[in-house]
Order: sequence, then C-alpha cells, then structure tokens
Amino acid sequence: MSVSVRIPTILRTYTGGAAEVNAEGATLRDVLQKLDADFPGIGARILDETGKIRRFVNVYVGDEDVRFADNLDTATPAGAQISIIPAVAGG
Amino acid sequence: MVLATTENTTASPARAGDFGPAVALSCRECGARYDLGPSFACIECFGPLEIAYEFGRVTRAQIAEGPTNIWRYRALLPVPADVTTKPNMAPGWTKLVKADNLARELGIRSLHIKDDSGNPTHSFKDRVVAIAVEAARNFGFHTLSCSSTGNLAGAVTAAAARAGLDACVFIPANLEEAKIVMASVYGGKLVGIEGTYDDVNRFCSELIGDELGDRWGFVNVNLRPYYAEGSKTLAYEIAEQLGWRIPDQVIVPVASGSQLTKIDKGFKELIALGLVEDRPYKIFAAQAEGCSPVSAAYKAGHDVIRPVKPDTIAKSLAIGNPADGPYVLDIARRTGGAVEDVTDAEIVEAIRLLARTEGIFAETAGGVTVGVLRKLVASGVLDPEAETVVLNTGDGLKTLDAVAGQARPTAVIRPSLDAFRTAIA
Ligand SMILES: Cc1ncc(COP(=O)(O)O)c(C=O)c1O
Ligand SMILES: [Zn+2]
Repeated sequence: MSVSVRIPTILRTYTGGAAEVNAEGATLRDVLQKLDADFPGIGARILDETGKIRRFVNVYVGDEDVRFADNLDTATPAGAQISIIPAVAGG
Repeated sequence: MVLATTENTTASPARAGDFGPAVALSCRECGARYDLGPSFACIECFGPLEIAYEFGRVTRAQIAEGPTNIWRYRALLPVPADVTTKPNMAPGWTKLVKADNLARELGIRSLHIKDDSGNPTHSFKDRVVAIAVEAARNFGFHTLSCSSTGNLAGAVTAAAARAGLDACVFIPANLEEAKIVMASVYGGKLVGIEGTYDDVNRFCSELIGDELGDRWGFVNVNLRPYYAEGSKTLAYEIAEQLGWRIPDQVIVPVASGSQLTKIDKGFKELIALGLVEDRPYKIFAAQAEGCSPVSAAYKAGHDVIRPVKPDTIAKSLAIGNPADGPYVLDIARRTGGAVEDVTDAEIVEAIRLLARTEGIFAETAGGVTVGVLRKLVASGVLDPEAETVVLNTGDGLKTLDAVAGQARPTAVIRPSLDAFRTAIA
C-alpha cells in the first residue's frame, strides 16, 4: 500500500532535500522499514535503540497521533499521509 | 565542542554579544552542541535544544542596580547587554504576595503567591516573549508568530506592536473571548484554527518546516530555546524577593511543561553562581484533571506520557501532548515534589478562595495551582511547615466565564434604607 510521508527539515539531508516521499507498508512499522531501506539511516533517527519511536518525535497517520492508536502497529491504509514532527514545548 | 548548524536558513548570522552570555545551543537529551541559530530540535535525537552559557561573574549588587523588570537578570539571559535601550514590554518584577490569610485558612505556616497577572498583558508569557523578540531581532526576522492556548498570542501581538515587528498568531478557534480580544487588539493577524492546541501546534511546526522558518520567528517553535529562557526569571525573582533564598517548595502549573523546567534551571543556576545557598527545594506540578497527561504518568509510575484530548475550563493549560512532560516528571521526582491535578469544580473553588482570602483574581491556571496546593496540603503530600510559593500565571479577567455564574451581586434593591437593611441582614 502506497503512502506518503512528510519529512521534517532536520531529516531532509537523508531524502536529498525532499519534503515528502512515498513509501509502502500495511503498518507504520513496515512503512518506516521501507523508508530506511530507501534512505539508509533515517530509521535510527526516528526510532531509538530499543526500536520505539523516540520520545521527542510525534508521528501522525492522517490527523491521529499514533500514540492514540497502536503506535508502530498503527495501520497505514493506501493513500495515508504520515507526518513526522519534532515535539515543541511552550504555548 | 561539536559545532554545526541544524537547518538551512537565510536568517542573519549571530554576532558576538548579540546573545550576551549564551555561547551555544545544546541538546537536553544527548548533549550535542550547535551554533546559536533559529533551531530547536537536535538532528541526532530530536531532543529539545537549550541555551548553553558561559557566565561571567554576577553579583547580587550588580543585579540590584538593574531595572525593576526581567532585564535586571540580563547577565543570565541570551540577550545583549544593551537590551534595555530597545523598545520592549519590560515585563517582570511582579509581586510576591505574602498570603497569610490563605495560609491560615489552609493551615500552612509560610505561603507566598508569585502573582504574574501583573505583567503587561496579564500573564507570565510576557517574560518568554521578551527574550524571543530579542532573538527575532538578532536573526533579522520581520514577523513574530506562535501557536498559543491564548495568553502567548496576546503577549506576542503586544510585544510585536511595541518592537515594530509584524505579528501573525495561531490559536484554537474556541478560546475565551478575552483572550481572543487581547490577541487581536494589538494588531497583526490572528488565525483561529478548528481544533485543539495540539492541532495548532502541529500545524505551525509543519508551516515552519515547509514555508516560513527562514523568515518568521515562531516564538515557541524555531525561537523556542531563547523563548523558554524567559521563564527562568520567575525563579530568579522568587529567590531575590525572598531575600536571596530559594523557597522549600514551589507549585507550578503545567501545560507543555516548559515553564516548570526553566524554573528548575533558574534555581540551579543561582546555586551554581553562588547567589543563593545550596539547599534542597521541591517542585510540584499542577494540572487540570481534564488535561492531566503528566499527572497520570506520575501517578502510574511511568516515564512515558500518553497524550490526551483535553476537556477542561483551564484552556491555557490544555495541551494534551506536553513536549516537556518527561522533564516535569524527572524534576518532580528528583526534587521530591509531586504532580497533582484538580477538577474544574475545584479550579473554580480555588479561584474564589484566592480572591476571597488575598484579593488576587486568578485565571483558571491560577485556580489550578491554588487548587493543587489545597489538595496537596489535605493529602499530607505538601509539608505545611515548609516555606511555600505558589504561582499565579494569569489574570482572572481573561477567564471571567469560569466564575461568572457564581460571582453575582449580593442583592439588587431599590435605593431605600429599608430595602438595604433587609438585604444585608
Ligand atoms: C497562564 C498560563 N500558565 C501556565 C502555562 C503553562 O506553561 P507551559 O506550557 O510552559 O507549561 C500557560 C501556557 O500557555 C499559561 O497560559
Ligand atoms: Zn540530541
């Protein structure tokens, strides 16, 4: 299933500057694996040593923060828009 | 020291002295260091960047000679020495009110309210924005912006007006009327977003990534490391106003958690600089039950914070996904404090209690801290013998609806002596 992934500025060195890339996968975990295969090293920036989403990264599938859903097991239906955003405090 | 720039930007490079004693940005998670620039997240680990300093010698006397606003601490802030000569809101040096009546009512020995409703736009946000304005100037940004739960928006539009910058601020569309009025009366653009603060925040983060980050200063996004330092001045003022002493315990409201972490940073700096005695202090965090992800994690013994969808009258604290939440947990645990939350009804009761006992009319955020104070005293978690300071971070006139139904005329009468006697009987 093809999804599109929005890449934050600080990870665009991996995607050759691209702000949005396509990836495949039925779950967020699969999508991030495919992303890492296409852009080696990017996965380790998003996931920590234990394979969990880093605590200062917010990942959204559509409008939903994946921590409200099933984290890495969150389903990523065809056409889904995935966003990776650094956490920002103060408001 | 590893030095790198984190983002491509056309912002003007910092010149020596622009940021006073600040020397670098440093990742709070992994310690990686970066040049001072308009960046906020570590490229190694996404951790938040904070200002690293090389402080010169700073004395109490030097500080006391400074102006009666936050600039008396400019030697400890990322601002140039001549900051006082530029037009700005000059916030700070708000009252530390000795709250003997409230203390008596709650059975506490020594209590003060740090009343930040006395700032120019009636919330503590003037402190953080003042530092962000300097950073925006240094980077050559012409527009000041933010995502806000309301108070920050007003602080930004007001500060931009005085500084001669353009403003464009983003809020959830359903905020309190007074906050909408304040955010728009100073000019600039006010954009209401259909959604929660977390939606607004996400939108702004994406805007900055894609479009505006090299031209606009989002005070709590690309200027966040500078902005956040403004909250340290609360710690400095509390200590100085107590006669250069850190209180035993402080109660701080938590939305994103930024303010609380910087109050801790401020106390630590005062100790490291030898400006106060090195003795333990406890920091307690206060949330509204309807948006209490940090309190829930604290009570469950977790280090990870599960975001929530907020539903509370304390809209200024309604951040369901608090970025500095993990640090709030660390600080509460490390200092021997706690994290507690109160219901909307308890918030309203606390607003009225503070007003009735001390003549201070707090917005809902102040109701949260005073409500938590009361709850922690009742549960025995807070030591009633220890010197306690509670923050009131905003003005009750901003959230009139919270108490409007309950604060009414005692009587409405004809102007006659008889009617009066009956009414006050
Ligand atoms: C009045 C008031 N108090 C406290 C806070 C909490 O600040 P922080 O996000 O730094 O935890 C806010 C945040 O908007 C606020 O408006
Ligand atoms: Zn880092």
